[in-house]
Amino acid sequence: MQITSPAFKQNARHALDDAQLQKALGNVRGGFIDKRQKAVDALPEFDALRDSARDIKNHTLENLDLYLEAYEKQVTAAGGHVHWAETAADARRIVLDICRMTNARTVTKGKSMITEEIELNDFLEAAGIQPIETDLGEYIIQLRGEHPSHIIAPAVHVNKEQVEADFRRVHNHLAPDRDLTEPETLLDEARRILRAKYFEADVGITGANFLVAETGSSIIVTNEGNGDLTQLLPRVHVVLASIEKIVPTLNDASQILRVLARSATGQDMSVYTTLSTGPKRNGDPDGPEQYHVILLDNGRSSMLGTEFQEMLRCIRCGACMNHCPVYHAIGGHAYGWVYPGPMGAVLTPALIGIDKGGHLPNASTFCGRCEAVCPMKIPLPKMMRHWREKEFERGLNPATQRYGLGIWAWFARRPWAYNLATSLGIPVLGMLGGRNRRFSWLPLAGGWTRHRDLPAPDSRTFRQQWRERDAIKQGALS
Amino acid sequence: MNATSDRPKVGLFVTCLVDLFRPVVGFAAVKLIEDAGCQVDVPMAQTCCGQPAYNSGDRADTRAIAENTIRAFEGFDYVVAPSGSCAGMLKKHYPALFKGDPAWEARAKAFSAKVHELVSFLVDVRGMDRVTAANAGAVTYHDSCSGLRELGIKGQPRALLSSMAGTEIREMRDPDVCCGFGGTFCVKYPDISNATVEQKTGCIEASGAKTLLAGDLGCLMNMAGKLKRQGSRVEARHVAEVLAGMTDTAPIGGKG
Ligand code: SF4
Repeated sequence: MQITSPAFKQNARHALDDAQLQKALGNVRGGFIDKRQKAVDALPEFDALRDSARDIKNHTLENLDLYLEAYEKQVTAAGGHVHWAETAADARRIVLDICRMTNARTVTKGKSMITEEIELNDFLEAAGIQPIETDLGEYIIQLRGEHPSHIIAPAVHVNKEQVEADFRRVHNHLAPDRDLTEPETLLDEARRILRAKYFEADVGITGANFLVAETGSSIIVTNEGNGDLTQLLPRVHVVLASIEKIVPTLNDASQILRVLARSATGQDMSVYTTLSTGPKRNGDPDGPEQYHVILLDNGRSSMLGTEFQEMLRCIRCGACMNHCPVYHAIGGHAYGWVYPGPMGAVLTPALIGIDKGGHLPNASTFCGRCEAVCPMKIPLPKMMRHWREKEFERGLNPATQRYGLGIWAWFARRPWAYNLATSLGIPVLGMLGGRNRRFSWLPLAGGWTRHRDLPAPDSRTFRQQWRERDAIKQGALS
Repeated sequence: MNATSDRPKVGLFVTCLVDLFRPVVGFAAVKLIEDAGCQVDVPMAQTCCGQPAYNSGDRADTRAIAENTIRAFEGFDYVVAPSGSCAGMLKKHYPALFKGDPAWEARAKAFSAKVHELVSFLVDVRGMDRVTAANAGAVTYHDSCSGLRELGIKGQPRALLSSMAGTEIREMRDPDVCCGFGGTFCVKYPDISNATVEQKTGCIEASGAKTLLAGDLGCLMNMAGKLKRQGSRVEARHVAEVLAGMTDTAPIGGKG
């Protein structure tokens, strides 16, 4: 996936001008927030569960190597294989090797952001293997040749009418006069088409919401059941997950599950929570013959021990973007890489570099709503600020910004100079404000006045007036 | 002499925006703090809380500004600011700036413990439950982000407003959603900021209130600036002006 994060501002402009997108974004603002709130209100211990979820992940991250090794042991004992992939390229190569070994032509895929991160679909297609997305949202954007714009609702930027048009375009063997006006009819049609694909597939690839060290299990949660069919029907099941998905025990996983769906969709639990442990055993009625786990690092281990370690607690629930005013305004694609919203603003610079992802942690008002809803209590604004510090240290922010900030800071550090400058400048500005007491344009204030008026200051600063008042008081006393 | 010397000494952290753009908020704060039984002074050595530098990743300048501020306010019992954002900076972020610094950490912590946002100081610290100001009509209150989420300010301003006979609070939809100001954000990403403030002014208009109130001048200037540009009749004021009954000054961004 081409990285367009450096063009964030232009991306945002296009997003704001895109009427279809703006219409679709209305669903994010409305839907997710109320549903989450209801679910949270119905569970008095929700906040305590967040604390415990945070603690579980903190403990795991402090001992990540131990738990990963324990996990590998259990997977192997259950008859599966664990592959370690340091980079995206490693992960792709391992997937391809597995496909080649099993002569795979078709691969079904459950929803997985990691496969987006490593650009698996394009890679497989180039190798002559057809990847088929089975999550409805993913299926829609695959038809459209797009990428997810949201980590749990990949097609949230698409309107129903657009989906109908896409289905008519691609499923052109079906009756042209069929009714596709309702979401249910669209879902039905996708189901029928996908059913056939599950049986054709040689390999099924899923992500993982959790990897359980205690048992060597991977856990996925879905609402459509597509993940189950993806991992059960083909001969080979490949789990592709990043290293921080690990939790020590099944008990830990079930604790975090209690905050996951509530934060994501407002459900108590997702419709399907599926555990898989190794390949089909003797006597099992079904299941894959081979079970592989690819553990991807791709830059995550270098976040350990840094001010960004806490980001590795993220369980990809999407609540932060659902509550983000910036995400609401521009949607996910504008962020220019795989991970949008507040979690993307912290994670993306870690994975692609702050030189490319620099806009993302800057494009936040620090309103703090993301942190307030994050089930893992990740201090997202604080970490965005840390990225700004890195940028500043490396001199990556624009020269005009640095220059302006430098002048301002010189004065702000010196109260005498600050007093002098403001007591001279403000009366002038106040006078220019005229009878209206506002500016619709002011030199150097274009960023402000392009969209709004600037209220004019009074004729003197507060401190000038205070000093005069004080002087009068003193005079009266003496 | 009366007993002024027994009264707690409050240092008013004016905030740079109030100092430069809207002195009446400072005078309203002084009146309210005095009404709450305190004596107020304004140290002249204060400038700004340092957020523009802090949020631009410039820690060295932030620290220097913070040291100035701490020094300037060390003699007071309380430090009060008419802004949730600046009070949040002084209270929640200053200690982090000096973490691990033997010379400053304890000083910063002692300072931060004394800091309060104006309205929460009045209600939570001084136990104020009513003000004497007159009817403010139909108002709507925007919860600025830092005050709400860092300092837990939500009920306090509404409680004091409700004590004013004839004042009606008309809650807007999503009063707790960001107005899109975000300090330097609004000039660094003006288009996104504009989209956000447009949502906000839509909610304000729909509330039917005649006056928009909030506890942060930055947010107010943003919302008032947008309302004016849109030709709205809604007037914007800092909540302290209304609580202190100091509404003779033209509203933020002028009348009409
Ligand atoms: S950062 Fe928090 S809210 Fe955002 S996706 Fe991750 S866990 Fe969910």
